[in-house]
Amino acid sequence: MRVVVVLKQVPDLVEEFEIDSDGTDIDREYLTFLLNEFDNHALEEALLIKDATGAAVEVVALDDPDVDQALYTAIAKGADRAVKLVGASGEGWLDTHTRAAAFAAWLGGEGYDLVLTGVQAADDLDGQLAPMLGALLGVPHVSVVVGVEAADGAARVRQEFAGGAVSELDVPLPAVIGVQAARAEPRYAAITKIRQAQQEGGLEQIDIDRPATSSGLTVRRMYPPERSDRAEMLTGTEAEVADKIIALIRDRGLMQG
Amino acid sequence: MILTILAVEGETREVFEDIDLFGKVVFYILSAAAIALFLWGWWKRIAKYRSGRPAGRIRRPTPAPTGNGDRPPPADPAPGDAVSAKRRSRWNALWSIASNSTVAKRDRTMGIAHFFMFWGFITLFIGTVILTIDEDIVRIATRQFGEERSFFKGVFYAVYSFTLDTMGAAALIALVYMAARRGMFHLPQLDYRRAQEPAEGYDRRQYERGDQLFIGLLGLVLLTGFLHEGFRIRASDFPDFEIWSPVGWLIATAVSGVGIPQAGSDTIRTVIWWVHAILALGFVAYIPYSKAMHMLTDPANLLTYDSTSSRRLPAPDPAADHVGYRTLDDFTWKELLDLDACTKCGRCHVVCPAAASGAPLSPRDLILDLRQWAAVGGGTFSLLDSEQRPDQSGPLVVDGVLAGDVIRADTLWSCTTCMACVEACPVGIEHVPTIVELRRSLVEAGTMEAPLQAALQNIAQKGNSFGKSARQRARWTKELDFTITDARKEHVRYLWFVGDFASFDDRLQALSRTFARILHDAGVDFGILYDGERNAGNDVRRVGEEGLFELLVEQNMQQLADAEFDEIVTTDPHTLNTLRNEYPGYGLTKPVRHYTEVLADLIEAGDLAVSPLRRTATYHDPCYLARYNDLTEAPRRILRSVGCDVVEMPRNKDNTFCCGAGGGRIWMDDSDLTERPSESRINEAATLDVELFVVACPKDFTMYTDAAKTTGHDQALRVVDVIELVAESLDRQPALGAAER
Amino acid sequence: MSNDVLVVAEHSDSTLTDGTFELIGAARGIADSWGGQVVVVLVGDAALASQVVGADLVVTADAAQLSDYTSEAYESVLAGQIRQREPGAVLISMSTKGLDLAAALSAACGCPLVSYVVGLEVDGETLVATAQIYGGKIMAEVAIESRPAICGVIAGSFPADAGSAAGAANVEAADPPDLATLRTTFVALRTPDAGDVDITAADLLVAVGRGIGSEDDIELVQELADALGAPVAASRPITDAGWLPKSRQVGKSGLKVKPRGYLMFGISGAPEHLEGMRDAELIIACNTDEQAPVFDVAHYGTTLDLFDLLPELTERASG
Repeated sequence: MRVVVVLKQVPDLVEEFEIDSDGTDIDREYLTFLLNEFDNHALEEALLIKDATGAAVEVVALDDPDVDQALYTAIAKGADRAVKLVGASGEGWLDTHTRAAAFAAWLGGEGYDLVLTGVQAADDLDGQLAPMLGALLGVPHVSVVVGVEAADGAARVRQEFAGGAVSELDVPLPAVIGVQAARAEPRYAAITKIRQAQQEGGLEQIDIDRPATSSGLTVRRMYPPERSDRAEMLTGTEAEVADKIIALIRDRGLMQG
Repeated sequence: MILTILAVEGETREVFEDIDLFGKVVFYILSAAAIALFLWGWWKRIAKYRSGRPAGRIRRPTPAPTGNGDRPPPADPAPGDAVSAKRRSRWNALWSIASNSTVAKRDRTMGIAHFFMFWGFITLFIGTVILTIDEDIVRIATRQFGEERSFFKGVFYAVYSFTLDTMGAAALIALVYMAARRGMFHLPQLDYRRAQEPAEGYDRRQYERGDQLFIGLLGLVLLTGFLHEGFRIRASDFPDFEIWSPVGWLIATAVSGVGIPQAGSDTIRTVIWWVHAILALGFVAYIPYSKAMHMLTDPANLLTYDSTSSRRLPAPDPAADHVGYRTLDDFTWKELLDLDACTKCGRCHVVCPAAASGAPLSPRDLILDLRQWAAVGGGTFSLLDSEQRPDQSGPLVVDGVLAGDVIRADTLWSCTTCMACVEACPVGIEHVPTIVELRRSLVEAGTMEAPLQAALQNIAQKGNSFGKSARQRARWTKELDFTITDARKEHVRYLWFVGDFASFDDRLQALSRTFARILHDAGVDFGILYDGERNAGNDVRRVGEEGLFELLVEQNMQQLADAEFDEIVTTDPHTLNTLRNEYPGYGLTKPVRHYTEVLADLIEAGDLAVSPLRRTATYHDPCYLARYNDLTEAPRRILRSVGCDVVEMPRNKDNTFCCGAGGGRIWMDDSDLTERPSESRINEAATLDVELFVVACPKDFTMYTDAAKTTGHDQALRVVDVIELVAESLDRQPALGAAER
Repeated sequence: MSNDVLVVAEHSDSTLTDGTFELIGAARGIADSWGGQVVVVLVGDAALASQVVGADLVVTADAAQLSDYTSEAYESVLAGQIRQREPGAVLISMSTKGLDLAAALSAACGCPLVSYVVGLEVDGETLVATAQIYGGKIMAEVAIESRPAICGVIAGSFPADAGSAAGAANVEAADPPDLATLRTTFVALRTPDAGDVDITAADLLVAVGRGIGSEDDIELVQELADALGAPVAASRPITDAGWLPKSRQVGKSGLKVKPRGYLMFGISGAPEHLEGMRDAELIIACNTDEQAPVFDVAHYGTTLDLFDLLPELTERASG
């Protein structure tokens, strides 16, 4: 079984975001880029499938900022192959439609049983990758998944709904899954192992053409959200703040007794 | 006196008196067997040690390739100094072996008892050697050339008898004390119950039987020796010269007093002679297979002890295909010797903050578990030295993972690397580096709890454990009304390496600003690395994430190379430790000082005009200052300068008690502990009736502020950093001046 | 190409969700500007059509294969409707179904999509969506030049009452889609234990998030909650870690709550959580990071350490 995990680097959300001079994108110069947290869960789920079935896990990504780090980390964690598709990304944000087209073209030529990727990413302005890939590849897709058990030719996936309800679905393979959370917390890759992977340089670089696709969207402007109605901050010692909070609750008749 | 000695000239005793040729042959066969067993036992043990990796304790190891061409191998900055230091420490080790000073540390009575035991048996052993030389070499040799000669007579015999008798008696008294201490005092360090007790049960009664056998054998050898002497003197009807064997004389008097006749005594004497001989030979054979092996392993362990191994952790074996310890082959010979050196004295067990707080770690258990496990793989046998279990868990694991099954992961994660065990160990066992090696293999396998993993990932991605943006590292400086020099742009005298906690923790940022103001106001030329600084990696390394440590060192060394400065100063003892002791191996050549050293100097030079605060205070020594870097006086000098009346806690200086945050513990969950180490420490301080609990470490400040609250002592005992006290005492100045006007 | 706005209805437990009415309200504004109609597509339970108010037309699709949700079956219905009706815009909630369907429809029908929409306007003929991206740190104003424009809307962005104003709509059945070749099969739906407290029914909730740090310290929050007679709620990391049951989770993937009082401890305010509680009448947040987004929705806030504050509060609440 070949499990392909599609990865993407996103800006670290702890950074301060600034808008570029055009006002239509974020300023990327000082941002740091990390693997999309959901993609990390997708990778973990793939590795769990590998642990259970011996499936081969392959990771693939476009030429995102610092993407080599993510790909080598995946190798250090146990991925059998890492592929970087070069040629689709340019400067700045790359829309999901173009990403999906690039991955679909590559996957179509490769053959795969299961494609896992994060359910969403912080910059998915024009939509999420997993359903788009499913539609482009013409295979079943399920998103917001919290568990995949794959056997030959089929997978049982658990799709999560509001309120914690979980739907169990049987999907024939090949299929595309958008992972919300892996069954276990993503594993740790020791830096020594990552560095070892880097030194061995087992990263496959494949040149691709930029797909003739676009999101069809025009960003008119980007701006930080207004913070007009921020909370009134309660100040003082713990005792004083506690008094104020209790008074607020009591005034609204929310205290029992 | 002289007359008496002269009178005994020519007098002696027969070694094999009444033992016929057959008896002699039997005796020599038994002796040969005992010596053969002794040698065989040691041969096996030494073979086990020799299978270990080089430890760099005898000769300096040749710098091994790091497998990473562009990085210099970690090595001492000045090899010559290290060699002479090693020579010096070897003389120190010899002295501590001879004087038993490490045994006497913090337990003087035990030290004295052990001293007499130690020298008593050495004296008796030398006596036996002398006897052998006389009997089997001098007499036999001289017989070939005519008249048989012997030096074992006359004055020599008298001095010999007297020395052996008194030293033997001293050893016997010491032994009685030690047996009583073990059997009747109920000391916590001699309680063999495990810190982590497996639910399936375990049995350590063998340990007790082994101890009893050891004490019993020693006692019987001494006792039968004296009894034999007594019956011999009685049998030979109290010859005058035998007064030089006072114990034997006394026994002989007693024997005669209870009415045993001379002839009967002679028969009993022969029996006792055989009993004594068999016991003594049996003991010789028993040594390498029992607790008695410590008679040889411990001096060897102390001679090869490296006091720097915890503060400067050894890098992983570059030749290994993995990081951390997985099999017996990964251990160095010194680590294997460590295991056999343990006498179960339990001093590490009672000083360990993990064990004290109910965590599943005891350094003693760790060493004993490893010893039992290593004996199987190393092919050595020990009598009554095994823990029994109903299943093959822990030390009995056969096909399991070393770090995880033999030693449980939660046991290894419990260590705060406070070094109390290493410091307390009388026989030079180095627990901390071994624990870190085992942790390294846990990290390599990815076995760790979620908060620790998050912290390591944050450090790897952002350079700090808080998960904050690296660019926000110097944000705390924004509230200052002056700008701190960027040491990457301008030369400064002091480069202040701020560290994660002092940079990112809200409460500690205020302390950092206070320190900055003090330096600024005193006109000290200092700067920081701003967003170029990364976590220094001390605790990252001690967690066992060696790759991340190396990455951090590279990043920091790059920044330090771009900066111009004369000295480094830091408020964080952990940062200080790695910068001072480990970074030199990666090329750092500048001195590294703790802020208390700098402030003490400034105050004493008159650059900081402090005025007395008139407060009572106790000072908590951070492990990484006191034990790791022998830095205990500077903070106390400051406290005295600012007019604090310092009352010491019972555990102070190198006997300090850990706050529980070291070795990466600050990133792990401590909610399972019965009493957090920091709470135990606050309770200790609360008995002193002082106003202030003074700390000199950012982590301590947070740990103890919390602990003071959870123990309910926060009203009576204020946790303050030395920085705050200095600032307070400086602020006093204008007010006092106004009052004087 | 029509000027209609298609709304994908969502329902659970035989009830249309609040989100559906929010979308109908938003759709109404757009349809009025364009001079089109609001068409609600109701997949699954056709009987719910009577609950729809504020729309011009309800198109129902009911079949055995549609009674339980699978993306494949829903997609074939919705793609059929989009192709057939060629609406100007399609609105869909960014719930599990929205995350599952919107992007697939965009690819399948070749129409543009904006995700995480919190605002919609019409500028001339162009639909302009405001989306919340980068974890709520940035707003993007996006013009969608071609039609139909699919908008994935974050729940709570539009008032629900606007979508429930007008009267009942016409109902028609969709052309039956081809559901014979479906590959995905529904096996079962598992709901969390109903035995636990119903946090949606409480007047006051004490919510706890990642900032609590360890499982044992949940006890501190529980003590306050007990003293106040309120249930404990949680953000996703807490229930994911298994420290509290899933039935306590507030947020997009948990429950949506609207209590009169909501106390938050150690919750930074990820959009996922805020979506489930922003309508609470009184929100008081305790978080040490004063920059935390939670203070954008809270009415009162404090940056005191929760470990310091909780015991003080519990003491007062018990007294």
